[in-house]
Amino acid sequence: MRIFVNGDQHDVEPRTLALALEELGYRGKKIATALNGRFVAAVARPNTALADGDQIEVVAPMQGG
Amino acid sequence: MSFYGIELSSRLLLGTARYPSPKILAEAIEASKAEVVTVSLRREAAAERGGQSFWSFIRGLGVRVLPNTAGCHTVAEAVTTAHMARELFDTPWIKLEVIRDDETLQPDVFGLVEAARILSDEGFEVFPYTTEDLAVADRLVEAGCRVLMPWGAPIGSARGLNNLYGLRALRAHFPDIPLVVDAGLGVPSHAAAAMELGYDAVLLNTAVAEAGDPVAMARAFALAIDAGRTAFAARPLEPRDMAVPSTPVLGRAALG
Repeated sequence: MRIFVNGDQHDVEPRTLALALEELGYRGKKIATALNGRFVAAVARPNTALADGDQIEVVAPMQGG
Repeated sequence: MSFYGIELSSRLLLGTARYPSPKILAEAIEASKAEVVTVSLRREAAAERGGQSFWSFIRGLGVRVLPNTAGCHTVAEAVTTAHMARELFDTPWIKLEVIRDDETLQPDVFGLVEAARILSDEGFEVFPYTTEDLAVADRLVEAGCRVLMPWGAPIGSARGLNNLYGLRALRAHFPDIPLVVDAGLGVPSHAAAAMELGYDAVLLNTAVAEAGDPVAMARAFALAIDAGRTAFAARPLEPRDMAVPSTPVLGRAALG
């Protein structure tokens, strides 16, 4: 399945957001996620199914004004 | 002064971006005596560790965080960003920015009101980055905002208070809503002027972070904010057109 994470293309096997993030190396990181522009809470990631072409955003804390 | 029931003694809110180093940022926060700092979100690749280390750094400072939705241009983007920020930073506070114009970073006040209503209804405590427009401010309060943050001037412009009349009118119109001048200040006298108008607090970033000596500038702003607030409480004179002699004329010697 082809998905896009922060704009970059990835081919992944897993069918859920939680498993895809784990496969991509995000396990244990302080991140927040959105799928196709909508927020997905950490607790909802294991139950969030992915589809071909999904756009995932993964963000972390940074400096801001 | 309190924001959404949280009592604060410092009237300076400080941004955390654009400092020469984390060490200088930490020293500037300490010198400013700020109890609230603004933070943001960015994309992070799996191999990066920047987000975690920044978060550990901020937590170590013992300050409260106010996450922003900087860079958002639509209601949907701002709402999604706010949700991500709430989960990451574990706070209902959100500095809501919905930007319309990239040259001036002028807020899209229509989108701002809409996003503020959605987020307030969802339990967020919204700090809207807005203009000094009274009608927009009224709509924001109607939408559930209990703090308003009008700009002094465009973000990072260092121009000070562009519309004194508008800011004064806003203060008069909302005597009970905490008002924070957010953005556009360059030097401590700008902050003092905002406080002399009766504003509750000032939010700064670039003026401190990009000063030649950010730590000294943070201290200078803190002093100016204290001075301005003390002056406001002391009820300043109104300007007048004609001179009024300060030395009493009664009993003056008749010499000619």
